[in-house]
Amino acid sequence: MAKMLLLVGTRKGCFILEGSGDRGKWKLRGPFCEGWPVFHAVYDESSGSIFAAAASEWHGSAVWRSDDLGETWEHSSEGIGYPDGELKLSKVSNVAVAHGRLLVGAEAAGLFESRDGGRTFSLLTTLDGLPGRDKWNNPDSQPPGHLGLSAILPHPTDSERLWVIVQGHSTFETTDGGATWSPRNKGLRADWPLENPEVGYCVHKLVLSPTDHERMYQQNHVGMHRSDDAGQSWVEITDGLPTEFGFAAAVHPHDRDTFYVIPLDPGHTRCMLDGKAAVWRTRDAGETWQRLDSGLPQHDAYVGVLREGMAIDSLDTPGLYFGTSTGQVFASADEGDSWSAIASYLPGITSVEVAVVE
Amino acid sequence: MPEIYLPSTLPPLFPGLERRLEIDAGTVAEAIERLDELWPGLGDRLCEPGHGLRRHINVYVDRERAALDTPVHESSRVDVIAAISGG
Repeated sequence: MAKMLLLVGTRKGCFILEGSGDRGKWKLRGPFCEGWPVFHAVYDESSGSIFAAAASEWHGSAVWRSDDLGETWEHSSEGIGYPDGELKLSKVSNVAVAHGRLLVGAEAAGLFESRDGGRTFSLLTTLDGLPGRDKWNNPDSQPPGHLGLSAILPHPTDSERLWVIVQGHSTFETTDGGATWSPRNKGLRADWPLENPEVGYCVHKLVLSPTDHERMYQQNHVGMHRSDDAGQSWVEITDGLPTEFGFAAAVHPHDRDTFYVIPLDPGHTRCMLDGKAAVWRTRDAGETWQRLDSGLPQHDAYVGVLREGMAIDSLDTPGLYFGTSTGQVFASADEGDSWSAIASYLPGITSVEVAVVE
Repeated sequence: MPEIYLPSTLPPLFPGLERRLEIDAGTVAEAIERLDELWPGLGDRLCEPGHGLRRHINVYVDRERAALDTPVHESSRVDVIAAISGG
């Protein structure tokens, strides 16, 4: 019988919320990964393994792997590092699995790959020679907690094609497996001076429609945006939302026009507005937006959600999940129409991913 | 043989690793190399490849702050300390 697996990365390890097939009951397991800060954890459908990108202040970065849904774990950092160059690796910040390889993003910005299921790794690229490359690894110009190469989005069917985000600078795309890369920011807005209009955009989250591989959405530091040509160009779809700022985003698995975001206060708090929690949904590709808050706390809820903090499952009526900076996990089994808390006292949450497992 | 004392955060990462060991080595670096041979990957948990001891890993030989090239003697005690605290 199918069950739900919610992987929750937190400041103090990885947790697993295991749910019944109807998403009505949830059981918490963890913490795993010895309590290391986990920046992102994913489930690999092809192998059945869980991978978690983690970085200990004491013992450095590693990718943790569980081949038995969290019962036992191993870690490896063999090949993860910059031993010969000017770069220093502070953390592995995200993972992605596609087309038989595990990809790992790191700070300083670099992309590593593993072709043996996370046992050994090799450096794929540090994006040398691209516009902005001489600046984006400079610690003096980075915010605290910088993630470097902060996200990886593999193309669902083309193994040679993927997008990466360098935090605060750009989305880059490769169509040749990582040999060459191009910025993909045309049409984006920047509220700051740009030395080179090709780069300098603060892309927080990038998602691709599973039903239309030309349709992408992005939550940017300044605005929500949509692309109908797989990131070649972007149009802004912020109108109707309470703020232009947020981190997390999710795209409907069966409808290319439905997309979810969690607007946040763009100031120092980076929390949901006025202490009232809400997810916002568009069903028409950003023409109009609906506030979804049924079952979410509507007073004194000063919570944030980070860029990997929201996920959507692939069931016929998709379920949504988000984890907060203050350790709550909220779930909806009806496409966001109603919500309930399924965990309330976890460490600060950095990532939420969901899988349906047999 | 030199005695090595490891932080409590390491044994959970490597099955069979004890906090106190005797390792035949002439320097701190050699001691870490021996440990890495016995528990592959342990070296990475103490040193950043190409950059020496990790920022918050401190090593003491006979109660004196040490570096990777610090000599270790037959009767030395080597303490490896995870140096920061936090919340």
